[in-house]
Amino acid sequence: MAKIKKIIKTITVDADKCNGCRSCEVICSAFHSTPKYSTINTARARIHVTTHRLKNIWLPVFAGDYVPAECGCRDKYLLDGKEYSECSFCRAACPSRDLFKEPDSGLPLKCDMCEGEATPLCVEWCLNDVLTYQEREEEVEEPVMMGDLEKGLESLVARFGLDKLTGSLTRLSRKD
Amino acid sequence: MRYAETGYNLEIDLATGKIERVETDPNLLGQHLGGLGTNVKLMWDRVPPETKAFDPENLLIFSNGLLCGTPAFSMNRTVLSFVSPQSDLLAYPMMGGFWATELKFAGYDKVIFRNKSPKLVYIYINNDKVEIRDAAHLKGKGAVETQELIREELKEPRAQVAAIGLAGENRVFTASIEQGRSSASRLGGGAVMGDKNIKAVAVRGTKDVNLARGAEFMAHMKDITKYIHYRNNNPLPGVMTILSGIGSPQEMKHTDEKWHTESFAWGNARKRRKDFWTKDIEKSWKETQDNAIKRFVSCFNCPQQCGGLITHGDVSSYMMKCFSKLTYLMGAYVDDLDFGFRIAKRAFEYGVDSFSTPQILAFAVELYEAGILTDKDFEGCPTDKEGRFVWLLDRLVRREGIGDVLADGTYWAARKIGNGAEAYDHNTVKKHEQMNIKLGMLDPLYYLMYATNEKISITQIEGNWPQGAFPSREDREAFVADWPQLPDDKFKQYFLDWNPRGENSNPYYPTPQMCSEIVDWMEMLHNVDDAIGLCAGMGSFCLKPPYHIHNYPKLISAATGMDLDEEGLKKIVSRSRNLHRAFNNRRGMTRADEKPPEDHWKHRFPEYEEQLLSTYYTYKGWNHDGVPTREKLMELDLGYVADDLEKRGILKDGQNKEDN
Ligand code: SF4
Ligand code: SF4
Repeated sequence: MAKIKKIIKTITVDADKCNGCRSCEVICSAFHSTPKYSTINTARARIHVTTHRLKNIWLPVFAGDYVPAECGCRDKYLLDGKEYSECSFCRAACPSRDLFKEPDSGLPLKCDMCEGEATPLCVEWCLNDVLTYQEREEEVEEPVMMGDLEKGLESLVARFGLDKLTGSLTRLSRKD
Repeated sequence: MRYAETGYNLEIDLATGKIERVETDPNLLGQHLGGLGTNVKLMWDRVPPETKAFDPENLLIFSNGLLCGTPAFSMNRTVLSFVSPQSDLLAYPMMGGFWATELKFAGYDKVIFRNKSPKLVYIYINNDKVEIRDAAHLKGKGAVETQELIREELKEPRAQVAAIGLAGENRVFTASIEQGRSSASRLGGGAVMGDKNIKAVAVRGTKDVNLARGAEFMAHMKDITKYIHYRNNNPLPGVMTILSGIGSPQEMKHTDEKWHTESFAWGNARKRRKDFWTKDIEKSWKETQDNAIKRFVSCFNCPQQCGGLITHGDVSSYMMKCFSKLTYLMGAYVDDLDFGFRIAKRAFEYGVDSFSTPQILAFAVELYEAGILTDKDFEGCPTDKEGRFVWLLDRLVRREGIGDVLADGTYWAARKIGNGAEAYDHNTVKKHEQMNIKLGMLDPLYYLMYATNEKISITQIEGNWPQGAFPSREDREAFVADWPQLPDDKFKQYFLDWNPRGENSNPYYPTPQMCSEIVDWMEMLHNVDDAIGLCAGMGSFCLKPPYHIHNYPKLISAATGMDLDEEGLKKIVSRSRNLHRAFNNRRGMTRADEKPPEDHWKHRFPEYEEQLLSTYYTYKGWNHDGVPTREKLMELDLGYVADDLEKRGILKDGQNKEDN
């Protein structure tokens, strides 16, 4: 298989520095509104700060991929004597919870590193240096894109039905 | 579409359980903005002067500010409004934290409670779904504890909860409303909430807040963010550490408490201990504080970190901010900071104002030492200072024995106890406990602020003007050289000419006219902050803040789509302020009430003070009694207020500001 160059974008989260202000959620939702900066809604943000204040837990987590079914098991983490509740570290837009989904449509949200901006905006707006952004180049094998796409579509069909999905796709293509 | 505001209030009649989502008049935005401004308007329209704090007709309003929920940093204030049981005037304590923005995201600008619930309830607002839920199982629970219990019960860790503790349930006049690391504590909002039988208000919201001109708004925010960086990296030289930065006073970060412990008065606002801060104290306090604070925490969308998460020995974790680590300790004359962290947790769970309450306890101790309160009143009370304070606090929030009398605050308690107790109520203005400060020379600016402001709490009146003159001309020049926040350049000259001593110093300089201008400017800033929901720590309450009169109108315009300039903004907040004053005048407030505590300064100048007050009244467009004149009210489109005041005989025909 052919090798291609790929840019890996990383946001390092220094969670101990987080003061729980949720500026990252605010700016993320503002940036991703259409037109840009027309609305703010932290429930639409692609970053979420899981918060258990009295347990000293503030954990910024980025929206990852949509998954059609919840996992059969759960993980509990004990770190530094603090117990993180199940799913705390998980990035998935998953049927078991309403996190990382559009509040009205339920459609999944995913962090896109603020495409088009030099730095993801949460990184820029977190004035506490919790989030740092890095890019590096790696050589990877060329992925078979079509296979993945089809797999993804199949799972969306399984979840929402073909009609709804076609409807959404049509709507989306109109927006573009 | 409505911008910045949601355009809806939630009206809840607790007696009938009726819940309505009511669209608000879009014109109110241009007349009063939002937050405190529109709260005052509601209170004027709906709460007649005969209504007392615990009458069903008293409203309890929870409001967010106009810019809460926008990307502007530090816009997170919840403004409560109600008639206070202590002052009998319109009170508006505020809290930071996360509640206000969550309400905005739920689709409301305000929640307005009227009447009383027949049983203890809590309210759950989840977007359009609003429920009144039974709270019998929460009765007697702590205000901090209740927030967690409700989140668990609702299985919604993201719900923001404002709750009262035992003090509110028992209608203690200093009862607060607690939420996360914040509390709305002045003047008894918790008591009014308890009287209405509301244990808590929980809210979760997932709706949009709209900006009219988003890109323009963000461009202004870029400049403001730059300035925040600049100020955080460049603390002001020439002023005390606590005043050098931005944000609320950084009491969780700073461990050097020389200034507070030596300049503020201990006990019942009595005694300064000018040699308190020894090396030993410094070492032990630093150790205690560093051990106790697990993390610094901020409010919604704010880069500052004014709160601390505390775990202290066997005291379970809680959050704290500002001055509360010192108030009980200083009230009780205890030298160990350990006590501060211990009693504060207890007090937050009870839900009491940590400014007023320690003074009330210290007042009781003084009365006991003076033989006015007796062994009978103190039966069962431990004899050590710490134990005595805790015992008194426990009685006060339960209204048990002497606690029942103390629960009404120093002013009312003194009158009930009689027998000379009145003389020990020496630190109240308009029946409300003030900061524990006692100084030498009359300060004309502070005289006006203490005497006249509707807030009745100095820390939320002062701010942009330095607290004292700088000794060296050079330092003054450096300070004014970079002062973009000023509304007018003339203030630079006032500051340059102001000396700490000798010519051009207190009490005669700044002159009464200058004082009026400076105080008016600072009040205006506070009134803007309270309407838009900005933390005063980032605007009106600190030196050289990131938000000021030159950028407020730009942000408000871009957010709402109105085209507002500086004059327009000043007029709006002046309208709200005059309406607020008229509301209080209608309830009997007059010139006679506008007096700082008698012993606030050692050197007083009665005639000059009257001249100061009159000059200020004239400047404000008020008559000799401190009532806005018809002319002033007409200028602010408040003709209906003038009619009302005239009908009631409060404003007499032909009275004007020139007669002062
Ligand atoms: S902006 Fe930074 S400090 Fe604030 S919640 Fe997000 S990650 Fe934490
Ligand atoms: S400056 Fe401090 S008190 Fe004010 S909003 Fe920010 S964190 Fe809260």
